[in-house]
Amino acid sequence: MKDLHDLSRYPLRLEGPDRPMVSFRNVTKRYGDLVVLDGLNLDVAEGEMVSIIGPSGSGKTTVLRMLMLERIQGGVIYVDGAPLSHMERGGKLVPANSRHLRAGREQIGMCFQHFNLFPHMTALGNCMEGPVQVLGLSKQAARERAEDLLEMVGMIDKRDEHPARLSGGQQQRVAIARALAMRPKVLLLDEVTSALDPEVIGEVTEVIRKLVQKYRLTIMMVTHQMGFAADISDRVCFFYDGRIEEEGAPADLFSNPQKERTQQFLSAVKSAD
Amino acid sequence: MFDWKWDFAFEILPRLLGATLNTLMAAGAGYAIALVLGLVLALAQRTPVRLLTAVVREGVEFIRSTPLVLQIFFVFYVGPQFGLRLSPWTAGMIAIGLHYAAYLSEVYRGGIEAVPKGQWEACTALSLSTRDTYTRIIIPQALPPALAGMGNYLVGIFKDTPMLSVIGVAELMHTANAIGSEHYRFLEPITMVGVIFLMISLPAAALVRLFETWVRRKLGMIR
Ligand SMILES: Nc1ncnc2c1ncn2[C@@H]1O[C@H](COP(=O)(O)OP(=O)(O)OP(=O)(O)O)[C@@H](O)[C@H]1O
Ligand SMILES: [Mg+2]
Repeated sequence: MKDLHDLSRYPLRLEGPDRPMVSFRNVTKRYGDLVVLDGLNLDVAEGEMVSIIGPSGSGKTTVLRMLMLERIQGGVIYVDGAPLSHMERGGKLVPANSRHLRAGREQIGMCFQHFNLFPHMTALGNCMEGPVQVLGLSKQAARERAEDLLEMVGMIDKRDEHPARLSGGQQQRVAIARALAMRPKVLLLDEVTSALDPEVIGEVTEVIRKLVQKYRLTIMMVTHQMGFAADISDRVCFFYDGRIEEEGAPADLFSNPQKERTQQFLSAVKSAD
Repeated sequence: MFDWKWDFAFEILPRLLGATLNTLMAAGAGYAIALVLGLVLALAQRTPVRLLTAVVREGVEFIRSTPLVLQIFFVFYVGPQFGLRLSPWTAGMIAIGLHYAAYLSEVYRGGIEAVPKGQWEACTALSLSTRDTYTRIIIPQALPPALAGMGNYLVGIFKDTPMLSVIGVAELMHTANAIGSEHYRFLEPITMVGVIFLMISLPAAALVRLFETWVRRKLGMIR
């Protein structure tokens, strides 16, 4: 009951040309008694590249999963102005049902550390599955779209291969193409290079660089690659214990961190490199 | 003491082969029922409806822990008490289909649970419907690891068809028994039934393994 009452504090929609593409308002995520995220506030502008860094268990993955895979226990998440975690009923926000969630999540794409390609489908099949089954595209249209994207990520030559015959870097590039085939407004990347051999990391980061610089896609990226995050992000958020401990432009956060925990984390990462 | 009569064996062969057809039909029909019903039982245990899940779970456990022959008797002889008057064939198919559906549901469940969590997440990330998630992504991947178990139960159901003789289904065992009683000779008919079972079971098991490899290759799961 308390939660329902609280909801009246949140707007039904976010309006205006400056409204964020993604907005977390006071979002809480619990697993049982464990509070993983506590009152998170985070706005991501359209076309912005936000990197999320922080120690293991600080809640980085959870931030992305709330947009894509999980329900939340408090607060509201908006995507492109409309509530995602909730829906409007009779002028009030109520928790979203699964249909609303599914519709809202069609606007979001996600790539995972372990690719999660469908092993029984070819690269092309992987990229056509969502457009055909979910968006209702014809096979022909979906194929053209998939081929364009496989071309873009440099995987067009391998379009008829199954994932088992692709290297990690190649699989991840197909996974990015698969996510983009849904024409998402926001792309979520969760440590997409962490499972890769060092020599193929570059081929994936190059694709991400292209998405940022050429296509101006809105991206939220969890990463342990500080150099890449510094290089490519508009903003970096340092997570600690389920909160944003410090955030800012990469130049500021990496070269001049204000908080002690940020300093400790960055120097620990640097010495590990 | 051991006097095998070839002329008698040849004389009864056509009748036994006819009964073999019945046995194959019983096994085939029972297996078809079990394949479909087993999937229903497996999926029912994955619904968010707790009560349904619990009831199906207990039902499957119950079927698995009581003998098949008892279930055949029950459906055929106790069914009429509830106004359910069934022919031996129908009763037999229901009993054996249900029995193996319970076993197959466990095989399916194992197969589904072996699909990595990341596959479900990828489906959610693509906004696939629950139905597409199962039919297009999960079940095709759950199938290859389940095939070995499914094949074992195909051979198993075939070998269990003689139990249908207790309610008078004219399959191999029943026919051999009838021949034996008519001629007061059991050596030939019973031995021949054994040979017939062997000649079908062994190639069937080999075929199942071939089929398994073929499916895996078809699904691109073999390098
Ligand atoms: N399904 C779950 N059930 C219970 N606890 C969970 C679950 N998922 C995550 N957690 C907990 O939530 C906390 C945050 O996890 P999260 O995966 O977001 O961390 P992370 O910052 O991504 O860490 P890493 O760098 O190791 O990936 C951890 O303490 C984790 O144990
Ligand atoms: Mg993580």
